[in-house]
Amino acid sequence: MSETSVVEEKKSHLLHHFVDSDQQFEASKMGMWVFLVTEILFFGGLFAAYIVYRAWYPDLYLQASEELDTFWGAVNTAVLIGSSLTVAMAIRSAQLNQIKGLIINLYITIGLAFTFMVIKYFEYAHKFEKGILPGSYYNYEGIAHEKANIFFSIYYMMTGLHGIHVLIGIGLMIWLVVKAKKNVLHSGYYTPVEITGLYWHLVDVIWIFLFPLLYLID
Amino acid sequence: MATEESTANVKRVQVKRFKPEEYPEKHYLNQETGLWAWMTTVDHKKIGLMYLMSVAFFFFIGGMLALLIRTELLTPARTFMDADVYNQVFTLHGAIMIFFFLIPSVPAALGNFILPLQLGAKDVAFPRLNLASFYIYVIGALFTITAIFTGGVDTGWTFYTPYSATTGGSVMMMTLGVFILGFSSILTGLNFIVTIHKLRSPGITWNRLPLNLWGLYATSIIQILATPVLAITLLLLTMERALGIGIFDPALGGDPVLYQHFFWFYSHPAVYIMIVPGFGIISEVISTFSRKVIFGYWAIALSSLAIAFIGFLVWGHHMFTAGQSSLASMVFSFLTFLVGIPTGIKIFNWLATMYRGSIDMKTPMLYAMVFLFLFTIGGFTGIMLGALAVDIHLHDTYYVVAHFHYVMMGGMVMAFLAGLHYWWPKMFGKMYSEFWAKISCGLVFIGFNMTFLPQFIMGAQGMPRRYFNYIDQFQSFHQFSTMGAYVMGIGFFIMAGYLLHSLMKGKRATANPWGSRALEWQTSSPAPLHNFEHTPVIINGPYDYHKPMSEFQLGIATSHNGHHGNEHVSHTESKTEQV
Amino acid sequence: MNKLSEFMLPPAKSTLAAETDALFNFINVTSLILLIGITIAIVFFSWKYRRRSENDVTPVITHNSKLEITWSVIPLILVIIVFGWGLSGYVNLTTVPDDAYEIRVVGKSWLWEFHYETGHVSVNELHVPVDRPVKLIMSSDDVIHSFYIPDFRIKRDVLPNRYSSVWFEATETGESVIFCTEYCGMAHSDMLATTIVHEQDEFETWLETAGSADDNLSPVELGEQLVTRNACTTCHSVDGSRLQGPSFQALWGSERVFEDAENVTADENYIRESILEPQAKIVESYDPVMPPYAGTLDDRQIDAIIEYIKTLE
Repeated sequence: MSETSVVEEKKSHLLHHFVDSDQQFEASKMGMWVFLVTEILFFGGLFAAYIVYRAWYPDLYLQASEELDTFWGAVNTAVLIGSSLTVAMAIRSAQLNQIKGLIINLYITIGLAFTFMVIKYFEYAHKFEKGILPGSYYNYEGIAHEKANIFFSIYYMMTGLHGIHVLIGIGLMIWLVVKAKKNVLHSGYYTPVEITGLYWHLVDVIWIFLFPLLYLID
Repeated sequence: MATEESTANVKRVQVKRFKPEEYPEKHYLNQETGLWAWMTTVDHKKIGLMYLMSVAFFFFIGGMLALLIRTELLTPARTFMDADVYNQVFTLHGAIMIFFFLIPSVPAALGNFILPLQLGAKDVAFPRLNLASFYIYVIGALFTITAIFTGGVDTGWTFYTPYSATTGGSVMMMTLGVFILGFSSILTGLNFIVTIHKLRSPGITWNRLPLNLWGLYATSIIQILATPVLAITLLLLTMERALGIGIFDPALGGDPVLYQHFFWFYSHPAVYIMIVPGFGIISEVISTFSRKVIFGYWAIALSSLAIAFIGFLVWGHHMFTAGQSSLASMVFSFLTFLVGIPTGIKIFNWLATMYRGSIDMKTPMLYAMVFLFLFTIGGFTGIMLGALAVDIHLHDTYYVVAHFHYVMMGGMVMAFLAGLHYWWPKMFGKMYSEFWAKISCGLVFIGFNMTFLPQFIMGAQGMPRRYFNYIDQFQSFHQFSTMGAYVMGIGFFIMAGYLLHSLMKGKRATANPWGSRALEWQTSSPAPLHNFEHTPVIINGPYDYHKPMSEFQLGIATSHNGHHGNEHVSHTESKTEQV
Repeated sequence: MNKLSEFMLPPAKSTLAAETDALFNFINVTSLILLIGITIAIVFFSWKYRRRSENDVTPVITHNSKLEITWSVIPLILVIIVFGWGLSGYVNLTTVPDDAYEIRVVGKSWLWEFHYETGHVSVNELHVPVDRPVKLIMSSDDVIHSFYIPDFRIKRDVLPNRYSSVWFEATETGESVIFCTEYCGMAHSDMLATTIVHEQDEFETWLETAGSADDNLSPVELGEQLVTRNACTTCHSVDGSRLQGPSFQALWGSERVFEDAENVTADENYIRESILEPQAKIVESYDPVMPPYAGTLDDRQIDAIIEYIKTLE
């Protein structure tokens, strides 16, 4: 009984131009992987700018990095790694048709992502108070280097763009919770969870590069 | 679900011949009609047509801007516009032609239409994403148009800093417009890659993939790798203006040559995004109209990939005088020459395909011949520019302007026109007037050479680019060039004329007016809504003209044309089951 | 063939121009030969293999290894030759001889300043000796420009945050045009200058007396010459027409209305300030694009310009 209904539910998500669910699932995964490659190139440009300016002004980077709060950066790293774990568990729940588990894991992931943003908010607020603002608004006297504004411009661009991606991820996961509650997701069709999970892992990986490059070089 | 059933599950499928219906009553254009149906369509063919109308519109606008430029340049000083207006006009001409016409033209307009048909698929992998990418294009266009009317942009399409970071006008609006547009390009590329990998019909192995698709595949790879770098560059430039972040503006501590590296890292591969799909079209057209198997299939297929790869490593040839190290210039020059070799190989392969063929010089073939001639000139002048010592003299002169118009217009636009005229019957089920098409082609060819040949001479004599005023010795060249532009313009107006006439009163087209063996011609003209009424099965290569046509029309019958039963009914049933 | 290249190129007036021209010629000739071959193939094949009937059978020729290797290897050899030749020319163009005579160049929108070892500054006129290597050390005061002398086959971008250099040795006396060839805004195509190549001894004389020819001119005459020589008239007309800047005609004594400063009457102080600190007061409806002349014009020259402007009614 349940098998038939799963099979029929499976078919209801099958778009007409695919032969079967597997082909659709494989295509969706491949599509997300290709998209992640574009994201890597997108952030890659910023990493290139980072590398170039660090090669030109290594002292600046050492000095400026001390302004970044390594402790809270590390907490954020743990938070994101944890959220990657919970999103993977969400996928597992979907595979096992445990919709309740799926929703709970999604909520935890959202919670962790939200925590990341809150910590980031406090980090930024603290910097703004000191006068460490992006671009031509920079007016902090504490670093004796004429190009200090450039380090922080790069810092804000990289972490800012990353933060926007975290927010997008939160939005996607809320959407997944809505879908799960409507019984749209199940072990025969959990593609949105799988590909959101892939996206989320990339957001995590990018932070894992950002953290040491920005915070740990002092 | 025991073993008995699994052996019983081995079905024997019946492969039959499916002749395409001639003059079908129902097809993709008259099913799902009305403005709303078009605006919400997920049919790749309709999306392709919407792109086609958009790129045609922007080509017209860009062309009008070109005529304005050339008219202003009739006299050495002011003819009828001021310098700052002129600077905005050439900026817009470049930005519109490159971003709104050339980049999307073959992949998004023609490619969207033809790719699933050539694969025997019912659509691209992500049809809704396809529609989204069209709307992203439209939004990007709206931002750019807004930029024109809210202050204009006079930086040149290359937006070099520090001028672009400090000048007035609506630079941010335009960089944002192009930024948004880039995502349209990325998503199209993404869609194509997944479609080619996952949605090929039975029998279409990689060695039977039409060269048009190898071209689109290589292009898509470049699109997804290069465009994000443009995106970040424009984002950084926008932030430079908005917040003064200072990485490109020396007044704020940044480096303007770094901007150039970032910009050309995308913009050089971008020219391959523009031309490689054109190469794909030329392979199709030459083989079809020579009715002969393509010479050197793998050489052509792999050369597209080679060009895509090497094309990422040559960006510095735009910067030989800019201040990069001599070593960098050396490496870039060497690789620039290397990337010309696979291209040359293609030209020879195409000529070899024509050798002992059965050539029918219809309009698509005529455009292909025009392409071979003009693109070769463009290619050789590229060799000239790749030579370091000579480039020092020729950089930033009209020689460069002539070179890129020969490859972009003489190459890409001619290939696009070849494809447009080739697939026109498949898109609209109508034929156009061969007579007027050939007249138009002739005028465009003559006008094009009149416009741009003198520019090689001017450039070598020292005439710089982007010049509103110029010294007297160049006047006769400029005037001749302007005359050529008007001749070309007339050619294009005639083209618009006979194409519109074809749409309204053209002779109805058969399924395969050119006698091609390619898969898209084994279904009716215009194409059916779901492309094929069966699942095509391929047993030959796409250019095997020595095999009979019937062998290219094989397929397996599918029930519901691919739809899998009454989805909604089973969904409701399963819901009650769960309760 | 040579004629074509000669026609296409400006006269070769530097020691390295001939090298560049020879390579240009080689590429032209080789390309033309290949182009003609390809064109003949296109036209001949189109005619000879035209379709005879709908039942034409074409041979199945999918490849020919010998041919494919030939047409891959020969172009490869050709491009390697061109690469090597271009590289050697480039090395010569970028290797400055030790004893080169140095002149400092400043590009600013939209004029070229040349600073000589004696301290003399000329605007839009580069004076050099013939048969002697000259090195130009260049920088920009604002955006990227590019310094190009077609007759000498030299070009180099001029940057705002670092020095760039280019060198040449002129082989004949006379004049050659200098273009700015990196788009730099409104008057990019007006940013021309002239290279004046002197005989060696003439050059020494010029350098010694540069500027002193002006000693014999009346202030008004001097002022008239200065506004042309220093590119003022690129942007300020003397006949009332509107260019990038306000016309000098009827300027003296007029009421000036500014974007963001109080009105003043155009007097000596106003003109002097406008020359030294042009961004201080911008006349309504004009853009703040004038480069400052502090360091370029001395007090006497400024006085002369003021006297000249007084005569323009």
